[in-house]
Order: sequence, then structure tokens, then C-alpha cells
Amino acid sequence: MRIVRREHKVLVQGITGKQGTFWTERMQEYGTNITGGVNPKKAGTEHCGVPVYASAKDAMADGGFDATVMFIPPLGVKDAAMDAIEAGAKTIVCLTEHIPVQDVMYFMAAAKERGTSFIGPNTAGTVTLDECFLGFMPAFNDRIFKKGNVGVMSRSGSLATLMCQNIVSAGYGQTAFLGIGGDPVIGTTTRDAVEALDVFEGTEAIVMVGEIGGSMEEDAAEYVAGMDKPVIAFIAGGAAPPGKKMGHAGAIVMGDKGTYASKKKALEAAGVNVLATPSHVGDALKEVL
Amino acid sequence: MNFEEYAAKPILAAAGINVPESILVHDADAAATAATELGRVVVKAQVPTGKRGKAGGIQLANSADEARTHAENILGMTIATHVVEKVLVEQCSDIAREFYAAVLNDPTTKGPVVMFSTEGGMDIEEIAAETPEKLRKAAVDIRKGFSLDGARELVDGLPLDGAEEGIAETLVKLFDAYCANDAELLEVNPLVLTGDGIVIALDCKFSLDDSGIKRQQEIAPRGTPDKLTELEIRGEDLGIKYIELDGDVAVLANGAGLTMTTMDVVRHHGGNPANFCEIGGEAYTKGTEALKMVLDKPGVKSLVVNFCGAFARCDVMMEGLLNAWDELKPDLPVFYSIAGTGDEVAIKMLKDRMDMDPMPNMDAACKAAVDAAKGSAS
Repeated sequence: MRIVRREHKVLVQGITGKQGTFWTERMQEYGTNITGGVNPKKAGTEHCGVPVYASAKDAMADGGFDATVMFIPPLGVKDAAMDAIEAGAKTIVCLTEHIPVQDVMYFMAAAKERGTSFIGPNTAGTVTLDECFLGFMPAFNDRIFKKGNVGVMSRSGSLATLMCQNIVSAGYGQTAFLGIGGDPVIGTTTRDAVEALDVFEGTEAIVMVGEIGGSMEEDAAEYVAGMDKPVIAFIAGGAAPPGKKMGHAGAIVMGDKGTYASKKKALEAAGVNVLATPSHVGDALKEVL
Repeated sequence: MNFEEYAAKPILAAAGINVPESILVHDADAAATAATELGRVVVKAQVPTGKRGKAGGIQLANSADEARTHAENILGMTIATHVVEKVLVEQCSDIAREFYAAVLNDPTTKGPVVMFSTEGGMDIEEIAAETPEKLRKAAVDIRKGFSLDGARELVDGLPLDGAEEGIAETLVKLFDAYCANDAELLEVNPLVLTGDGIVIALDCKFSLDDSGIKRQQEIAPRGTPDKLTELEIRGEDLGIKYIELDGDVAVLANGAGLTMTTMDVVRHHGGNPANFCEIGGEAYTKGTEALKMVLDKPGVKSLVVNFCGAFARCDVMMEGLLNAWDELKPDLPVFYSIAGTGDEVAIKMLKDRMDMDPMPNMDAACKAAVDAAKGSAS
């Protein structure tokens, strides 16, 4: 996957809605290079100072774009994602929760074929410190995001916000944040995100924020075992009862699959410091940086 | 959402897969009447769980009287916490071979996987553990679907006693039924080859993707909703994710990950969470309803509120929560941790309206709530 930079042109699909407008303004203030938006009903107008197109394909034909961020309701995402993929988007950030999984598998197959880097669904987005952000993370809050040398990835936006605040209050900062989303089927996995942060300029340590459910943390542990940089992890859901979806569709323990114990064991075997609570992240960083 | 056998089989039938004739009944007399009509039958408990056979919930009946007796025994039986309230009376099949077939969502390949094994009757974990070489899998591009050639290739070389074509055709229909119904799992176990060479589905497990319910309104009412407590039903009606637990420290946070973590940290400090309740995402305006709900659980002794605003704004969540607090004036120790979008306004509101400051961090808030619940406030 690619981390979006300040020079990349960003499209906002669903730019004219209430949330689309609010977060487009925040993204622009931070430095995100937003060059257009999409709403078929308002094509030809201007919104947040950028042209509104009927489709991502029209946007590509006119000024072009590199990445797109979608503020689109669940049953509209399949068409919007296919539009962006067919237009040639290099990166798609999909914030929407509750998209039917078969729709997700459909556009994920198309994204894979075209080499599109797909982040989400059900993510709070990404932040490249002092350059740009895509989605709805509070990148502009300097008690939460501050330029530094820690790469952060998370399945959860709210928990990442807490973790990033703990990192900053301990005197550290981030290079980039990658939210990958809380759904069972997602485009960018924990391993993909860790790999991208590992090679991202300035990263000296990685904080991984995982959850119970699935096997992404275990898969990432294989890559981490071969890394030189220190990795610190927190896995949410140790106290969650089995068989219940804990808010995120992907956060569910079925039988002995996706348990906290399995993830902790795999990560510790790979040399990862697995924290008992997010408040310990500052001390853990002090040990390695 | 899961569908019991009687509700799942019509989905197979609609896709052109053979299923035995059957009648769903709720009492023993009706079971006898059904058996009179169908002949030799199997009486099958209908509960949303597996292992019915091992629990004695599936019995063969050679006559209407036997069907009545079996139904009397099975109705009222408890299978894995579920009391049997209905049985399916199904025409007996002449079983020559038992196979396993399924289509499911696979997070690893990010697409559907079709699975087939000659070892039917066992559950899939057993098949995968004991005879993995007999379990065939095909990852499918959902845009292209599963072709008859693909199905033939999947079963190629397996000893199927001449039923290769019938099974391949059934697998294609199974895949189509999976797509048409937004299934996350559609499993036939056993898929049977009868003495006269017919491929027929003797059981079916169907799990509908919860995110697909909106566009599957025709079939959704036939699914079995999860067993929910009164408070959980209230949460569902309000659009707030609430799970009732057995502890005494109430938890109110935003976002699934943060809420789970708040529970973890309560547990870490020796306490027991009373619930999972999150008002992240679109629910962040529902602070009033959420607070009322977490306080309505009997036996709650303290509350930790953990807000970390991103999309969900702390000030909006706090406004809703304080309104409920003013209305209820609960006599309950409460501890706050507040950070992120809208935090400054939220912290000022807390000061102005409750003369309180948030705890320095989430651990401190959780620990204080645990101590308060134990009656040893520090």
C-alpha cells in the first residue's frame, strides 16, 4: 500500500453532504490537496472551493486525482468504489460501516486486479503528519497528533485517538497513522499497514493497535519477526465474552479463533511488547527510543 | 442473522437444489398427522444450534405413532440452552453417500470460498482436522461467479459413484443461492446421494450478513434473532450497540475499539464491566438515551465515561449525557476521561454543569470507578 502525501491530489466522493462538507473543510485546513468532489446531482457546481463532478471518471478526465475518500452511505458504496477503481484511483479510503460483505468482496476483487490500494471499509482514515489526512481523524488536534518518529496503525479509530494522545503526552509523535477498519473483510491488512509504516521515512518504532477476531495480528507477527524496528502492540477485547460481535463486525471470537491469547502469543514470539493497557505506551516507547 | 433448518431449506429449494419434503409442526399430534402424509419420516428439533443429533434431537419414525412419541420427547427438550418449541417432520431419504458442501466469506482471500468434502455428516472443524486431504476448496471471484466447469474441477478425481455431474450442478446452485441471499455462510451437511442416484440436501445452515438485511426484506423475517436481554433490545431499537454483562462497573464510551478497551482496563484494575455500550459513529448524538440505558441495569455501582472524539464529537456526546444526568440525578459515582474532537468544550461543560474535572487519563478513570464499585474509593 501507499501512504498518501501532501502532493497527491485527493477527490472527495460525497463531498456535498453534511459530514462530507465538515471533514473536507478540516482536511483542507490541514493541508490535504483536495482537487475535486463527486455528487452526480450537483455536477458542474463548486463546493468547498473545488469543482464537483458527476463521477470519479469525470474527475480523472478533467484534473486527475491520486486518492479518493468516500463519504457515501452503505448501499451506495459498491457503485462509488467501482467508479473510483475504473477511473484509475491509486488509493481509496472507505469510511462507511455496514456495507454488505458481498459488495465489499466485489469491489475488493476489482481493486486487486487494478492494483488499487484500498483502505477500509469502516475506517476513520489516515494521517500523514504535517502533510495531509483523509477521513475523520482529529489530525489538527496537537495533543493527539504531533510530528515524530512513531508509525501507528489501528483497526479502531476511537482507540487510535486515545493511543495517539498517550504517545504525544509522553513526549513522542507520529510519522503517519493508518486506520485499516473494523470489518472482517478489509483491503489493507494489519500486515500491509505495518509494512508500509516500516519503510516510511522517519519511522523508528511502530505502535500496532489490534482487536480480537480474525487472524490479522498473527499474520502481521510473521513480518514483525524479521523487522529491525521495535514494535509495541495493544490488543483490545481481552475482557470480551466469546461469540458476541463487540461493535465491530470483525471483532468476534468464534471457538478458539481470534482470541486475545492467540494474538498475544504470536506477537510476543515475534518480539513485540504487548501492553496491558494503552496508558503504558509512553513507558514502552521510552525503553526503545 | 442465523436461519434454522426449516427456514434455510426453502432458500436451497428456490435455487433448484433438491430437498426432502417436510412439514414444520409445534405439537405431537401435528407430527403424527404429518407422518401419515409423508410416510417414513425423521423428526428433527428446530433450534439455532448444531449438534442436534448428538443431543437426541433427531429421531427416525417408521409410523405416525412413532412420530408422535418422538415429537413428545423432543418438544420441550433443552439443546445448548435452547428449549425446543418446534420440530420438522421430514420424509426419510435412502442415503447411499454423505458429502459436505458450503460457500462462505473468506477474510483471507477477501472473497467467497466454495468447499466440498466426501466426508459428510462430521462438522467442518473435524473434517479440516482429521481428513484435510479430502476437503477441497475453491476461491471464487464474486464478479464472475462459480461456473459449472469450476465446480467440475473442484470435485475432479474424487470417488463420487457417478454423481459427479449432479454434485457439480448442486454446487453451482449453492453458490447462486449464496449470492442471491447475501449469505455469509451457506452450508449443506450432509449433502446426500440417494440409492437411486439423486443429490439431495438433508440439512442446511444459513447465516445472513447483518449488513445485507436491509436489502433482503423478503427472507429476513424468517431468521432467528439473537437471544437478547430487555436492555439489549432497547439498545437495538435506539440504534445504540449495547451488550449486557454480569459486572457492576457501567461503561459508556464511543467507538467499538475504545469501548472494548475500557472494559479491558476495568478488568485490568480488578473490576467487572456491567456492559458494552458505545455511541461512536452516527450514534454520537444519543448520549441521553445511552446514559439512561447503562444506568437502568440493576446492580450498577459506578460509571466510567470514556470519550475520545474523532468523527464523534466529545461536546455533542457530553451535552446528551449531561441532559440525562440533570433529568435523572443519579446517586452514582462517575469518572470521566475526555480527549479528541470537541474535548475542550466538553471539559468546560463538565466543569460548569457538574463542577467536575475529568480524570488525567483513562486508566485513572477506570481504576477510580473500580474502587468506587468496591466501596473503597481512593
